[in-house]
Amino acid sequence: MKKILNEFCKGIIKENPTFVLALGLCPTLAVSVSMINGLGMGIAASFVLLGSNLIISAIKKIVPDRIRIPCFIVVIATFVTITELTMKAYSPALDRALGIYVPLIVVNCIVLGRAEAFAQKNSVLNSLFDGLGMGVGFTLALLLISGIREFLGAGKFFNYTVIKGFAPAFMFGMPSGALLVIGLLLGFFNVLKNRKT
Amino acid sequence: MVVISLLPAGAAAVLLFGISALWVITLGVISALATEILLQILTKKKVTVLDGSAFLTGLLLAYNLPPKTPFWLPIVGSFFAIAIGKQVFGGLGQNIFNPALVGRVFLMASWPKFMTTFTLPLRYDAVTSATPLAAVKEGKILESLSYLDLFLGKRAGCLGEVCILALLLGALFLFIRGYISWHIPIPYIATVSLFAYIFGPKGLLSGDWLFHILSGGLILGAFFMATDYVTSPLTRKGQIIFGVGCGIITSVIRLWGGYPEGVSYAILMMNAATPIIDRYTKTRVYGSK
Repeated sequence: MKKILNEFCKGIIKENPTFVLALGLCPTLAVSVSMINGLGMGIAASFVLLGSNLIISAIKKIVPDRIRIPCFIVVIATFVTITELTMKAYSPALDRALGIYVPLIVVNCIVLGRAEAFAQKNSVLNSLFDGLGMGVGFTLALLLISGIREFLGAGKFFNYTVIKGFAPAFMFGMPSGALLVIGLLLGFFNVLKNRKT
Repeated sequence: MVVISLLPAGAAAVLLFGISALWVITLGVISALATEILLQILTKKKVTVLDGSAFLTGLLLAYNLPPKTPFWLPIVGSFFAIAIGKQVFGGLGQNIFNPALVGRVFLMASWPKFMTTFTLPLRYDAVTSATPLAAVKEGKILESLSYLDLFLGKRAGCLGEVCILALLLGALFLFIRGYISWHIPIPYIATVSLFAYIFGPKGLLSGDWLFHILSGGLILGAFFMATDYVTSPLTRKGQIIFGVGCGIITSVIRLWGGYPEGVSYAILMMNAATPIIDRYTKTRVYGSK
């Protein structure tokens, strides 16, 4: 039980996919304009991670080693398609906002990275919690980045105006602002890590 | 020393635009100094605020702002200039980009409305007006401005860039004392005027090159910001390349780009190219191949 809990927790802080492993930065940069988008992307990626980790750890014995990557991609693409169609059906606005980045979860380094580095070597239960932890870590990171960017760049928090008369700095809504925020946060988490050791 | 050379331009700005210009300058400088002290204490470095570089950054940033801005604009700009433009890279000597220009471009990208609301000088009712370059960009013809007006600074613009006379006095002082050489500013200004002359509005070789030199931030940028030791090339040859590059980018932005003015972007772009210029213009060590 303790090991399972450990697999879950490591994805949130110690091996956070965005700030420590620095994986999947492309969708992070692109969709973190508003917190709604960040949350939507986080949940979509978490679902894919969960599903792909589950299936891949279950089929790891019957997949030949030499063609494992194509097999993993097929599994991942299946879950991405499910996510995309579900999103199109039930929240078309979010689907329009995220655009191409939902289908691009197929090539998100976090998903394939966890399949390759974890799910194909570990039991189903451990992989399940690893995927869940990574997904939660990714979602929290997205929420943090998009929260900073939405507040500074649009003066809003989850689409609600917080401070009246606050002149937002448009730059944080632009790609340069995304790179700046992620860079500073990466640096900040590295400082925290170095201080601990 | 550079600070002393900038004093005439500051005095001219206060004369032209009134006391609000003084406030913008004061707030910009204080915020730059405070940010420097704060960050150096936070990162447990030696506090080197007395070397004057933060003072200069705040001053230059303020010179790049419109004379009547909201009070927080120079404060935020100076904070950004020192924090992101300088201290993130490791402090003085490590920064790739001119900190004051980083601050200006950040403000420009974030609050374009406040950064492009200019007031006319020598008027106390704060009449807003476009800068000469912006007016020309929109296709308006300026009859009311003579070259002498432009030279003395009787036009709308950023507070430190308008009075060419005061800027040239400061630049002359720097030349005589040997703080800057001609290798960056002169090729820069020459390239801009050449482009402006060749690609004039009425066909080739009809441009008003003197207007392009006297309006906009070219003099301020060429003499005081492109010549920053940290972010410009080391060799004489490299500095000429740097100046010509700045001139080409400025002209391209002014003549064909979306913005009326391109000095700050040009200098920042050439700052980014400085390491490459340095690599290819390295002087041969005597005796080596």
